[in-house]
Parts: sequence; structure tokens; C-alpha cells
Amino acid sequence: MSLFNSKNFKLLANPLNLDNPVTVQILGICSALAVTTKLKPAIVMGLSVIVVTAFSNLVISAMRNSIPPRIRIIVQLVVVASMVILVDQLLRAFVYDVSKQLSVYVGLIITNCIIMGRLEAFAMGNKPWPSFMDGIGNGIGYAVILVVVGLIREIFGSGSILGYTIIPQAFYDAGYINNGMMIMPTMALILVGVIIWIQRSFNKELIEKG
Amino acid sequence: MKNFSNTYIFTFSIIMVVVVALLLSLAAMQLKPFQDKNIEIEKKQNILASIRIKASVTEAVETYAKYITDSYVINNKGEKQEGVDAFTVDLKAELGKPASERMLPVFVGTLDDQTKVYVMPLRGKGLWGPIWGYISLQPDMNTVYGTVFDHQGETPGLGAEITTDWFQKLFFGKTIFKDSTEFVSIKVLKGGAKKDDAHAVDAISGGTITSKSLEAMLDSCLIPYKTYFIQNRQK
Repeated sequence: MSLFNSKNFKLLANPLNLDNPVTVQILGICSALAVTTKLKPAIVMGLSVIVVTAFSNLVISAMRNSIPPRIRIIVQLVVVASMVILVDQLLRAFVYDVSKQLSVYVGLIITNCIIMGRLEAFAMGNKPWPSFMDGIGNGIGYAVILVVVGLIREIFGSGSILGYTIIPQAFYDAGYINNGMMIMPTMALILVGVIIWIQRSFNKELIEKG
Repeated sequence: MKNFSNTYIFTFSIIMVVVVALLLSLAAMQLKPFQDKNIEIEKKQNILASIRIKASVTEAVETYAKYITDSYVINNKGEKQEGVDAFTVDLKAELGKPASERMLPVFVGTLDDQTKVYVMPLRGKGLWGPIWGYISLQPDMNTVYGTVFDHQGETPGLGAEITTDWFQKLFFGKTIFKDSTEFVSIKVLKGGAKKDDAHAVDAISGGTITSKSLEAMLDSCLIPYKTYFIQNRQK
């Protein structure tokens, strides 16, 4: 069995579009609102979630036959929580300014519904490698949305990308001002809504009949 | 679904908890030195920012050693306390003590033109969480030379504006004493301060509670220094 056969590849690719955790399953919205005012925290949050989903999927899947079903949720929580604490400690040690911006949201990865959802729905019933792929796929699916929203909010809210000003001074002189609305969490929700709209207009099968 | 015995479940949980605990404490111990270093660098950057010197993460330690030439701890009677390092004083713990027992750190900066400036740490409650900062005074112990403010979770675009340059610049040149003896601190006024008011600055629109908290922080953190300020004035 090849590690990258079409079935495993699907696990990686599906969450990017047709099964996207944010825009299709509507999971992980809360953190998507909070960390996307600037691009940098959005990227770091995305990467952290990829790492945590992938490795907790891997660990849980490897242990799945020895986990007693009656305490499986507790076991999942312990694994996720320790992964998150590790990620938090590493961020604080090596990218301190970013960990300050993310502050409580790193801790909140523990409660990110994507992770528990994938553990319960996938890792408990599949072999470690496919579970790992599924974790990475869903992590990337989440990260992509965060990065897009973060990019739009930073350009229009602060006039910069990754902290570098990109809107020329001439624009400001001509009366252009940064849109303060973009900084507010509400705007993230509206942007996610717009992304869902665009995605569904390209993928008719996502539209619910009704 | 397999059936597991109670003994198995208990053994499983105990082993799991012990393994996880070992793993996490190991990681925490290994990473502690790096984390402490980051906190120290940030503090040095903040103290430097309050005397209007910007330092990047890589050069903060060096720049700090160059410009901050002295630091000591005083009590509220203005007497120097021996044997305490001003840099390691935990302001949060000090604010919990009665005023007479508080250790009050002072950092002395020497600017490029050899002028001395005096930096005092600040800490208070904002709207959502703690706010803190540093304020530096000119040798007359009255005129503000520079400020830096930071916060944990004030509202972005509103209260969080206290960290911005435009707000901090409002404090430059303001004075904390009226008629040289009466301590009045600096007020943060909603609706804007009068142009010739030497003891007030404009508040932030939409950030009234944070602005008022900042005013209270300045007042409560600087009052204990009053005697020290009056005794050490240089004309």
C-alpha cells in the first residue's frame, strides 16, 4: 500500500474545499474571528492547529484499540490538551511576540471543535497514517480560511501586509482612511460568510435542498 | 466494541496521567530559560521605549546596558533601599502591600546629550484586564519625558489605542505638579483637554473606561514617589 494512494490523498484534499471544516462544517468559527485582525497571528494559529490536529489524530489512532470506550472522550481531551500546552510553551520560547498576540486563543485550541470532531469521527476508527493525513488536511482547510480572512482584514483594516504598509501615502493624502470596521470581529464573520457564498456558487452540490 | 474491565480502565488512566505529567514538566523545564529571556527582553524594550528609544529584540539588551545607567529601589519616604534589584521587583505584588511597605523601583536613563531621565513603572486595571507601562520624567521631576503603555486585552481600535504613538505623545511635556508642591498627576479627559492645560491629555473616543483606568493608574502609581520627586528636583 502506498502512503500517498488516491484514497489517502483525498483525505488531505477534501477538507480544503468540499469538506472544509470552517466553511462547510462551520467548525472553529470562534477562533477564526478572534485571531484574524492581522495576517501573522492568523498564520501562526493556522500552523499550530495543523500541528495539533495532525499529531493528536496520530496518537489517538495509534492507541485506538487500547482506549476503553467508556473514557475515550477524557483520553482524547488529555492528548489534545498536552499537545496544546506543548505548542504554547514552544511559541512562548521561540516566537514570543506572536504568542502574546495569540494569548488565550492558543489555550482555546483545546476546545476547537475541529480537533475533537476529527478524533471522534476519524481517528478512533482508522489506521494512524490515514488519520495523520486527515488531521493535516483539516488543519490546512482551517488555516487557509484564516489566512484569507486575515489578509483581507489586515489590508483594509490596517493598510498593511504582515506589518509592512502597502497602501501608498498618496492614497491617505487623497482622503483614503483605513476601515476600522475590519478590525472588529463582526467583519470576520461577514467575510467568512462571503467566502461560503463564493464557494457554494462554484460547488452547487454544497447547496442544501430546501 | 470490546469490553474493558474496571481494573484495566483505572490502570490505563493512571499510566496515561503519569506519562503526560512527566512529558509536560520536562518540556516546561527545558523551555523556561528561553521564556524568561523573552520576558526580560520585553521589559528592557519597554523601559527604553519610555525614554523614547526604540530597540529591536536582538539589540535590546545591549542598548539597555548603554542607556539605563543606574537603577535603585526607594520607599515612600524617598529613602533608598539596599540589596534589592529594581529590575526584579514584582510590581503586581508590591501594589498589594500598604503604601509604607512598598518597594518603588526607579530606573535612571542617561540620554545621548548626558541628560538624566527617571523611569517609574506603572500598573493598573483596565477594562478587560491589567494595563501597565512606564513613565519617564525630566530632571525637574515634574515634566514628562516619555511614556509607554501596554495591556492584555483592551478592545482593539478603542481601549487598545493606549499602545499607539499618537496617544503616548500626548503626554510629552505635561507636568505632574501644580505650583511645585501639589501633586495633581495627569488627567485623561473625555471630550478633550484644553490646549493650555499642563496636567491633562485627551481621552480616546470609545475607550473611556480604559482612559479613566489609565488616569487612575498614573495617579496611584506615582503618589508614593511624591516625597522622592520633591527631594530630588534639579533645576
